Amino acid sequence: MGTKKERLSRLWALFCSVLYLNTFTFGGGFVIISLMKKKFVDEKRWIEEDEMLDLAAIAQSSPGSIAINSSILVGYKVGGAAGTIVAVLATVLPPLIILTAISFFYEAFRDNRWIAGMLKGMQACVAAIVLEVACSMGMNFVAEKQIRSCVVMAAAFAAVFFLEVNVIYVIVICIVLGIAHSAVPLLRQRSKQKKGGERREP
Amino acid sequence: MKLLWELFFSFFQIGLFSIGGGYAAIPLIQNQIVDIHGWLTLNEFSDLVTIAEMTPGAIALNASTFVGTRIAGFPGAILATAGCVAPALIIVSALAWMYYRFRSISVIKDVLQSLRPAVVAMIASAGLSILILSLWDGKGFSTNIGDLNVLSLLLFVGAFVVLRKWKTNPILTMLVCGVIGTLYYNLF
Repeated sequence: MGTKKERLSRLWALFCSVLYLNTFTFGGGFVIISLMKKKFVDEKRWIEEDEMLDLAAIAQSSPGSIAINSSILVGYKVGGAAGTIVAVLATVLPPLIILTAISFFYEAFRDNRWIAGMLKGMQACVAAIVLEVACSMGMNFVAEKQIRSCVVMAAAFAAVFFLEVNVIYVIVICIVLGIAHSAVPLLRQRSKQKKGGERREP
Repeated sequence: MKLLWELFFSFFQIGLFSIGGGYAAIPLIQNQIVDIHGWLTLNEFSDLVTIAEMTPGAIALNASTFVGTRIAGFPGAILATAGCVAPALIIVSALAWMYYRFRSISVIKDVLQSLRPAVVAMIASAGLSILILSLWDGKGFSTNIGDLNVLSLLLFVGAFVVLRKWKTNPILTMLVCGVIGTLYYNLF
């Protein structure tokens, strides 16, 4: 893990990155996941792409909001228990400060036309960020010709987007599929061994 | 003192039972804050949701600070936020530990491998939902070209191309789009 000084500077960099992302992230949990992918996978190279997707799955299926959960996971990866605390602080501070300020004049804020126009413009870009991340990660499955992954991806997309299935069910089904995929060859092998053993007996 | 404890415990429950985050948490927050404790009226609560959508950060965290400040000042905000984060801190830290310890086991590997494409699909679905919200101003998808918000379309295409080709800083790109938006809607 390096010297104490290196560890501290890494924690500081973690704090700044998470604070920065949470100060400027509008919209739901997958927006922060997309931004974290760009920051920690592409830019800092602290986390691998597959790992980021695993962390996203855990963040989505645990209690609490995705922003907090993904910060805890990324913090743990980058700096262990200390990293977790640092990342959570950085996640909590922006809303704590911004909402405290706004709660005093929230009607003026809510009805401000300049802010409304700004948010409308930003919304289009948020869609672009999230879809660009999804595209680049989805393309990897296609480029590597992982047929099983492509089928799962298409089916999950249809279920979530068109049929509006709760994502928790999709996650549970994928877990079952994964267990089945590793269990079936094992069972097959075992039954073959059994048959072989029976034949040898007489 | 009792009020602070109630705030903490109320948001602890919100943090513990809101799986899936974001919009899934809204009814739960409403139940605790409006129905059970009466800390906000329904009108104030709908203002809170609007503001939470307009400001950065998770909805549950925004709600913690907003309600905490109104009920018990800044200490209230801190206690409510702490309550909101505490369950995740315990549960997700344990899961993180388990993930890094057991991810090389073959069953877990297989499970994770089939989860990854599903997560990409969920990200894509979330992105498309935001895009539809943005292009049709929250009125839902329609084939009528007149309903399309042309500025949103231009910003989306521009941002997508710039992000993909030149890998521009996403937050900077977002702020530029915000400035173009506010100038366009207020000056023209």
